Amino acid sequence: MGKTLTIQPVTRIEGHAKVLIQLDDKGNVADAKMAIVALRGFEQFCIGRPAEEMPRIVNRICGICPWQHHLASNKAVDAAWNIEIPPPAEKLRRLMQHLSYIPDKILHFYFLAAPDFVMGPDADPSVRNVLGILKANPDLGLKVVKMRQLGSMLIEHFAGKVIHPVAAVPGGFTKPMTEAEREELLKGAEELLEFAKYSMELAKKEIFPKYMDLIQNVGVIETGFIGTVTEDGTWEIYDGKIRMMKADGTYEDFAPEDYTAHIAEHVEPWAYVKMPYAKKWGDFALELGNPTIYRSNCLARINVCDRMPTPLAQAELEEFREKFGRPCQYTILYNYARLLELVCNAESAVALLKEPEITNPNVRAQVEPKAGRGVGCVEAPRGTLIHDYETDDKGFITKVNLIVGTTHNAAPMSLTVKQAAQTLIKNGQYDQGLLNKIEMAIRAYDP
Amino acid sequence: MAVKVVEEWFNSCSGCEISILNMGDALVDLLPELEFLHIPVIMDHKYFGQTGEGGQLEIPEADVAIVSGGIRNEEHKEVLEEIRKKCKTLIALGTCATHGGIPAMANMWSKEEALKCIYSTVTTDPTEPPTDVPAWLDRVYAVDEIVKVDVYIPGCPPHPKNIADALTALLKGETWSLPERSVCDTCPTVREKKSASGTIKRSLENLDFDPDAPIDTMRCIMEQGFICLGPVTKAGCRGDSDAPRCIKARIGCRGCFGPIRKGARPLVDMMAAWTSVGVNAQTVPDRRALLNRFIGAHNNLRPLPTRRR
Repeated sequence: MGKTLTIQPVTRIEGHAKVLIQLDDKGNVADAKMAIVALRGFEQFCIGRPAEEMPRIVNRICGICPWQHHLASNKAVDAAWNIEIPPPAEKLRRLMQHLSYIPDKILHFYFLAAPDFVMGPDADPSVRNVLGILKANPDLGLKVVKMRQLGSMLIEHFAGKVIHPVAAVPGGFTKPMTEAEREELLKGAEELLEFAKYSMELAKKEIFPKYMDLIQNVGVIETGFIGTVTEDGTWEIYDGKIRMMKADGTYEDFAPEDYTAHIAEHVEPWAYVKMPYAKKWGDFALELGNPTIYRSNCLARINVCDRMPTPLAQAELEEFREKFGRPCQYTILYNYARLLELVCNAESAVALLKEPEITNPNVRAQVEPKAGRGVGCVEAPRGTLIHDYETDDKGFITKVNLIVGTTHNAAPMSLTVKQAAQTLIKNGQYDQGLLNKIEMAIRAYDP
Repeated sequence: MAVKVVEEWFNSCSGCEISILNMGDALVDLLPELEFLHIPVIMDHKYFGQTGEGGQLEIPEADVAIVSGGIRNEEHKEVLEEIRKKCKTLIALGTCATHGGIPAMANMWSKEEALKCIYSTVTTDPTEPPTDVPAWLDRVYAVDEIVKVDVYIPGCPPHPKNIADALTALLKGETWSLPERSVCDTCPTVREKKSASGTIKRSLENLDFDPDAPIDTMRCIMEQGFICLGPVTKAGCRGDSDAPRCIKARIGCRGCFGPIRKGARPLVDMMAAWTSVGVNAQTVPDRRALLNRFIGAHNNLRPLPTRRR
């Protein structure tokens, strides 16, 4: 065997991972994979906690998508204790869901992914980053910093905390929205919608067309997809049914509480992360073409849905499908789907903020702790997020299962790395720019 | 000349790094004076060379190192020790780095028990925990249990203003630390010095307040009978806003900035605070884990015999 390349840490992602590329004697790729090497173990240390405290504990799973863990956790406790939350509370939670997607997507596209496209995949690593963009194009750079900040601060002003939020609670929300808060948020959301439209156009005109060769060749794998849709199949991220679509486009829908009949998790000895797979579709193997492997996150969501809920996003989806079909398997186009969802979330936030009921003060239902089991599911930016809790008769946690958005993509990311490495590395020829193209395919998943 | 900076994350969630970005304009103003050499969240500097062929961990020499996250596994420890060797000033950023943070609640179990639980959930295929991975240490450590720390910026996450203030002070060659004050010292809610009654209320109903009135008209959360750890928690989460963050969200503090001073005993001090407002501390659910939720390193949380959990 030839040498092993250890690309560590994988950079401009939101967690801890490394890529291992094993070369053969001729310098071609014998094997390649990506290992996620972090483990904290929330499944254990949540046991014994009063369930109403869970939404303030499990949000620490992710500092980039704490709202999604916060909301999924609240929904799990609501379900375990049979709580119906008041409609205005659901509107506030939905609003937080849509608003919190906005800085997340700006962060990923501009701060993490864009340096490859704007500075170039082969640019020197010391400038191939958001600091490089700030120097090369200060107008765009400053605008991006300002818009991401605006998205975060809108949430913080209303909900007290933007990172590791506390304002959603079992039974609803801690506080209603005042008219003054609504006006501030609406003004900000409208500004963010304009920025979302600008970003979509910028990417469609000036970024993706330049990289079609890379898009069509690097990291392309064939898999199924997972996402959430409404009863009539519309894209949905707060509450709906889970849809799992095979690579051939056929799909099955099911209620989130039935997830254990559809999803199992495989463990490899070389990674802490568990690898979810579709257990009804066959036996898992970490191999290209294995039928049980499916992907999550934005590209998956826009593949599984029949339509988008808002007008601009629907027009974008039609254009996307016209160009790339359904389901689209081009990994790098996660970046495209992400901007499409940025537009949709900004449109959805604006629409919610125009609903009179958003300021209705009835935001908390009666809550009584009891024994039960509840599954709370939302779409996190990185995929279908499932919190499954059991409580005892005092309402304390006795069992926890978590399937976190990014983990759905653990196996696909490894296979993407393998495909990209095999496509790019030939006869021992590689350099940092070429290896960065492999990381670009990982970054598309925004892990 | 710009100050050379290295940043790294360990047993963490990336919220601290987002807090750095949430500095917004303050960050843009500071950038010309900072030269980042290694910061995995935004920059492509690698441990083993840019083509992954080096055998040795490469951390650049730096004036300042910023680290977030507690120390959970052998690789964290190795990288942290290398960073300490290469930097002049080490900043522990966020409560995981300063006190272990939420993930240090795992210290209530042995690592074997925890791994077994994590890899035997309802959806996990029957399996042994992974072996060819950076092995867990026996427990979660705060950064200062492994190496010397020069500056502590606690908070889950830290407030962007505190990060900006600390960096600004360092650039001037000054030291920085948060004052030893409690969240209550910075809280505008009204204390009527009248007792709450008897049993503590779990967070199952909303506080009594008028949403249209300013927050300084709301009665103290502890006096309303709900759990709030303001009396034993270090202030600093408020920044330039009108109230501590969770209070602003109209819910009690849970102690994410850690104790007010080194060596403080929040569990003991909080019992006294509850008694002073007439709450029977025995009625507070899950007391040990609640009072140590963010500070489980430093041996504050450790495994107990099963019957006492």
